[in-house]
Amino acid sequence: MREITYARAIREALAQEMRRDPNVFCMGEDIALYGGAFKVTEGLLDEFGPERVRNTPISEGSITGVATGAAMLGMRPVLELMFCDFLALAADQILNHAAKFRHVYGQQVRVPLTIRTPSGGGRGYGPTHSQSLETWFMRVPGLKIACPASSADAKGLLTTAIRDDNPVLFIENKMLYSLKGDVPEGEHLVPFGKAAILRRGDDLTIAAYSRMSVESLKAASILAGEGISAEVIDLRTLCPLDVDTVVASAQRTGRLLIVEEGTITCGLGAELGFRVFERIWDYLECPPRRLACPDVPIPCNTKLEAAILPSAVKIVDEARAMMEAG
Amino acid sequence: MYRDMLLLRFFEERALRVFLEGAVVGTCHAGIGQEAIPVGIFSVLRPDDYAVSTHRGHGHMLAKGADPRRVMAELFGRRDGYAGGRGGSQHMACFEVGFLGSNGITGGGIPIATGAALACKMKRNGRVVVSFLGDGASNQGTFHESLNMAAIWKLPVIYACENNLYAMSSPWSEMAAVKDVAERGAAYGIPAEVVDGNDVLAVRESTARAAARARSGEGPTLIEFKTYRFCGHSRSDTMPYRTREEEAEWLIRCPILRFSERLRSLGILDDSSEAKLRSDAMRIVADAEEFARNSPEPDPESVAEGLFA
Ligand SMILES: Cc1ncc(C[n+]2csc(CCOP(=O)(O)OP(=O)(O)O)c2C)c(N)n1
Ligand SMILES: [Mg+2]
Repeated sequence: MREITYARAIREALAQEMRRDPNVFCMGEDIALYGGAFKVTEGLLDEFGPERVRNTPISEGSITGVATGAAMLGMRPVLELMFCDFLALAADQILNHAAKFRHVYGQQVRVPLTIRTPSGGGRGYGPTHSQSLETWFMRVPGLKIACPASSADAKGLLTTAIRDDNPVLFIENKMLYSLKGDVPEGEHLVPFGKAAILRRGDDLTIAAYSRMSVESLKAASILAGEGISAEVIDLRTLCPLDVDTVVASAQRTGRLLIVEEGTITCGLGAELGFRVFERIWDYLECPPRRLACPDVPIPCNTKLEAAILPSAVKIVDEARAMMEAG
Repeated sequence: MYRDMLLLRFFEERALRVFLEGAVVGTCHAGIGQEAIPVGIFSVLRPDDYAVSTHRGHGHMLAKGADPRRVMAELFGRRDGYAGGRGGSQHMACFEVGFLGSNGITGGGIPIATGAALACKMKRNGRVVVSFLGDGASNQGTFHESLNMAAIWKLPVIYACENNLYAMSSPWSEMAAVKDVAERGAAYGIPAEVVDGNDVLAVRESTARAAARARSGEGPTLIEFKTYRFCGHSRSDTMPYRTREEEAEWLIRCPILRFSERLRSLGILDDSSEAKLRSDAMRIVADAEEFARNSPEPDPESVAEGLFA
């Protein structure tokens, strides 16, 4: 165990899996010599060469299809999309191809494809480089979605994603790349569909993922100072979604707040909140609440951006309001 | 080859008939008139080469060696179909014979084929991938993006464009400013040729050249096969966009008729051998239909099976 950044943890998982299995390879725009827009793949070219650390043209739609085609013949491609906003160009290949093939072709094929892509705002990149689109993809049957909130999970979930025989959308977060945390040195796998309870508490449950789990932890310590004991659950994967852990917690605390960085409509909060509500509504002190980005494009200006993105401070406000409500 | 062409023709005619009767639901895209292309292509490729198809893929699949019974059963939506009733006419695969699937998204299979070729190259297995596409699909971004990638990486793939002059109702001449799809190869540094797609021997020869190029590491080839779809695009098509005269002109160029004449002029085929081949093909199709009709409906309980590996 030693402290490394989230970005380095991802690189370590890639390198270890590429050493372990010759079928694993990376592809994406500017990932080789340049190391990717966020330098996540830096140095891999030296060890694995240009065939397995493959630069592609700027063709998000087709590189996603190419990775899918290669996966169907037994390769295990790890495709980097430079920004998650570009998933829009790849959507057809994910939705109508990679995620469907196994089912519609009568289980004749596996598609062991991993798509890595950073989401999230906070850097002033503006409307086409700051979104969090992963919740769109929760409605794609046949696709798994992992979104680590720590360095250890970045390594563990990515290793699991690469070894999974299904297409996995692996959501990284731009603001977390430089975050440091303890990470096991050797092989490290974190199973999908098992949320992590990051902090225990009795008054309310905060469920989040990716950077919002980190913000929720900050909020929980502020709340603790005010005598409010918040339990923080990091969902880790959106598909499969660990509803049981959230249900068990909210049943005990009686309050559920769901925090996400993407836009609010039809988001994680809508889905998870309702799933919890329909199971344990009679245990809840107040309706589940959602904290998310309002339905507007993400602006460049730092103040405007901060006005719409959820943060620890806003989580604290929301939690207080819930405590007052009942 | 002649028997295979007859099989494809009879199979499609039968498929359309059962479709019109209502025994087959959904849609059904037949490739009547285009039989020489898949038959010619797979007659020179190796059995372990791969193919990725389009929405009009029954013939591609049969020519690649898939079982007509299971293809028909899939059209009927039955349990013994290649997709157990989940795929239907335009979503079928048979991995055993290297048929990596037909595809309901126009142009969607082109990057898939390109990726399969990347896998072949990385595995150094010497195999070639055929990527079928229509003239309409050559206007999709995936076509252009994929050709470019295949060219820079010298992938062992053959882009087999079946230019049947129309994409649904849209004439090729109105949807592209270039005369031939093949002209587009130059934009990506890919050798391309225009071939008479209704001449099975010409199809065979051009494929052999492209496969040799692919196997020797020289990369992709684009072949544009000029052809014509004798039937409508799908069931509802009354073909108001083309003239009966044009259809008649193409009917004379029927690939089966032409190959039959050729074989007869070479003394390889006569009335009695032709009758025998026809009845053989007909028997296979009748058997496929019977098999499909007798295959059980899938169990509704099983609908979510196989979503994840
Ligand atoms: C992305 C997409 N757009 C449109 C369609 C509807 N569609 C199905 S087949 C077809 C025509 C395709 O023409 P072409 O590629 O020339 O193939 P052909 O039908 O002539 O064999 C269209 C428009 C579709 N299935 N997918
Ligand atoms: Mg066409």
